Amino acid sequence: MTFLFSAFVLTLLVVTALAIVRTGNLFVAIMLTGIFSLLMAVIFFLLDAPDVALTEATIGAGISTVLFLGALALTGEHERTGSTNRPLALVVVIATALIVIYATFDKPRFGDPQAPVQQHVAPWYLEHTPESIDIPNSVTAVLGSFRGYDTLGEVFVVFTAGIGVLILLGSAPAMRSGKDRTRPVRSSEGLRHYLIPRVVGRFLIPVILLFGLYVQFHGDYGPGGGFQAGALIAAAFILYALLEGKEQALAVLPRQVLTALMVGGALLYGGVGVASMLLGGNFLDYSVLTSNPITGQHIGLLLIEVGVGATVMGVLLSVFHAFAARGGHEKC
Amino acid sequence: MVNWSQHLPVLQVIIPMLCAPLVALLQPRSFAWFAATATSLFAFVIAIMITTGVFAGQDYSYNMGSWPAPYGIELGVDAFSAILLLIVTGASALALLAGRSSLDTDIETDRQPFFYAAWLLALAGMSGILVSADAFNIFVFMEISALASYVLVASGGDRRALPAVFKYLIMGTIGATFYLIGIGLIYLMTGTLNLADMELRIHEVADQKPILVAAGFITIGLALKAAVFPLHMWLPNTYTYAPTIVTVFLAACSTKVSLYLLLRFDFFVFQPNLVNHDIQFSYYLMPLAVLAILIASAVALFEQNLKRMLAYSSVAQIGYIMLGASLVSLTGLTAGIVHMFNHALAKGTLFLAVACLATRIPEFRLSDVSGAARDMPWTMGAFVVGGLSLIGIPGTAGFISKWYLISAALGEGIIGIALVAVIVVSSLMALAYIWRVIEIAYFRTPKNSAVTLREAPPVLLAATWTAALANIYFGLVPSLPVSLSSSAAETLMRHVP
Repeated sequence: MTFLFSAFVLTLLVVTALAIVRTGNLFVAIMLTGIFSLLMAVIFFLLDAPDVALTEATIGAGISTVLFLGALALTGEHERTGSTNRPLALVVVIATALIVIYATFDKPRFGDPQAPVQQHVAPWYLEHTPESIDIPNSVTAVLGSFRGYDTLGEVFVVFTAGIGVLILLGSAPAMRSGKDRTRPVRSSEGLRHYLIPRVVGRFLIPVILLFGLYVQFHGDYGPGGGFQAGALIAAAFILYALLEGKEQALAVLPRQVLTALMVGGALLYGGVGVASMLLGGNFLDYSVLTSNPITGQHIGLLLIEVGVGATVMGVLLSVFHAFAARGGHEKC
Repeated sequence: MVNWSQHLPVLQVIIPMLCAPLVALLQPRSFAWFAATATSLFAFVIAIMITTGVFAGQDYSYNMGSWPAPYGIELGVDAFSAILLLIVTGASALALLAGRSSLDTDIETDRQPFFYAAWLLALAGMSGILVSADAFNIFVFMEISALASYVLVASGGDRRALPAVFKYLIMGTIGATFYLIGIGLIYLMTGTLNLADMELRIHEVADQKPILVAAGFITIGLALKAAVFPLHMWLPNTYTYAPTIVTVFLAACSTKVSLYLLLRFDFFVFQPNLVNHDIQFSYYLMPLAVLAILIASAVALFEQNLKRMLAYSSVAQIGYIMLGASLVSLTGLTAGIVHMFNHALAKGTLFLAVACLATRIPEFRLSDVSGAARDMPWTMGAFVVGGLSLIGIPGTAGFISKWYLISAALGEGIIGIALVAVIVVSSLMALAYIWRVIEIAYFRTPKNSAVTLREAPPVLLAATWTAALANIYFGLVPSLPVSLSSSAAETLMRHVP
């Protein structure tokens, strides 16, 4: 049954991918990428990877679709003619795909317990998570502690992306000087005149926030953690901005707060690492944080997950507002 | 209490990385420059300490989070990483020291804290690649350095940088994705991400399709990021339209970090395990290296824009490095690695001289520099020194690498003689394109001879001459780069069966 369903979803995935390439309408393409991510999330879930599925659903299907739309508002809806129909590119892509398919001929059978991935590091992680870290979700243990340095790196990738958008689209205070003030407020009112979305939104936003906090702090026990939680909470605020207008959203969470979240989260994560060095351990060795190594691991994981969540949320909202501010600016 | 010397590899990465968010917050812009420069200098000091430690034979392997090696992430530093760390941190520190006035004109004041934060992130990303011994961790830091580099290139006022950086972004992302696909396939067959562990475990599955495909993806992906001919198309415009100080930093080190990774991965993981890999490595890369050297030098000969001319020259110089490596011999690798160091010096000097010119001349068409030597003798003097080093005149750093390269080529019999001919011809071409600039700057009358240009700001000029003198110093006393390079080459060759 799972097999049939997987085959069905994978087929849909291929169809969606082809449709994204074929369509000339960028709005359609963006909607299709959202669907693509949702299908990916389903596949990850079928593969028993709920953590990844949750990330893909929140970031891939949710936030990046919103950001794409924000970018679309600054450009046009239609692809420029002449940018399609490149036979050489098609040949290269097909050749690459064939090579990847060729590579899979010798791969271990799907779900084979004897596969190298199941035999080497994975058993060690499963064995050491209970005894060294003592949390039920070994994925969080791998991400947060065993390979915590990678996750620190990923947080800084997100941070770099945030800085990149802020530098390229310009920070808003610089843009809103002078004559911009005179533009009509209409563009920033959001959907205030539409009753049904507002009422639904009022109900949804607290639920999303609560779920975000649950995902943030329950990551040790179930799927979730800082990345997903940061994206969920950011999604709640983006929804608020869409309903009530971005000015209102900025009044709730000003830009300075967003930048502080972005910077503070990254520094909190790094700071935990430095603290463990000062206490005599290696970088990111949470065991030395308290006298009991396991409690130390718990505290370390809690702090770094908060750091991850803060940075992801700060960056996503900063990026959203940078696009939104640009949009209003260009229109008038 | 804490033994800091054992933490040096991780400090090399986290000091610039954790200072970046702080710099982003600094509001008075001079503070941002000051903090970034101080951090960068500190990183350079750490690199020097690491190099001293490497000479003393200290073992720098470091377990992140104290988890043992294949399960946790391992760092490691040897002579090969040490010489690259010196190049990266040195170039960053010198470019920042030199670049304050130049960057003040290129980067808007509001954006400066973010700009310097991105600079430190690029530095941290490259250092992270160089000290890591874990294939996936390297990918993470590759992302940081790549994203930050795109930001640096795009942050200037020149709108033409945007299409250039978009191409760079697409190409860089394809390169990184290819690398990731390769890592994924290897993980599929070995279950490990640690490079040393990979070398051991790949052995029994070395003849299987996923590993062969992985070798192809990793090599092509990294070659794309390193701008190995014919995958160099993103490089010339990126270097041309980036703020000049950014070009100094990137031209000196970013492609070299990718070359480093290409060589390290290939020699550590594939050479010992794949059958006949050394022969294939030579067969594919040597012709490409020769084509890079000849074609890119020829393009540089006819290029009318000074920065783009130097950028094409960089593509040719990457060809020299690949040529040395493709010989798969001790002297060949030594030559290639020592050329990474010497080319960073020469190209750094040349681009710094361009930065000096840029403070007085708005555009970089060759005709714009007509007669510049009359008003800016020091700037053009440094340009000449850098140019001589690029050509490989005895007494400059460039000569040392050409010398090693020629002696390595001569060890290869008949092909070697052809390779020597290629090196000689391309050196003559370098002489010709550098001479074009010198002739225009020294012997043409300025377009507007009534206006006297002022010499570049003293700090910028001092930094440029520091780099120029380093070319001469390392040409006369090459023991540091040569001993590091030969020790790095020995480490690499130890993995070749």
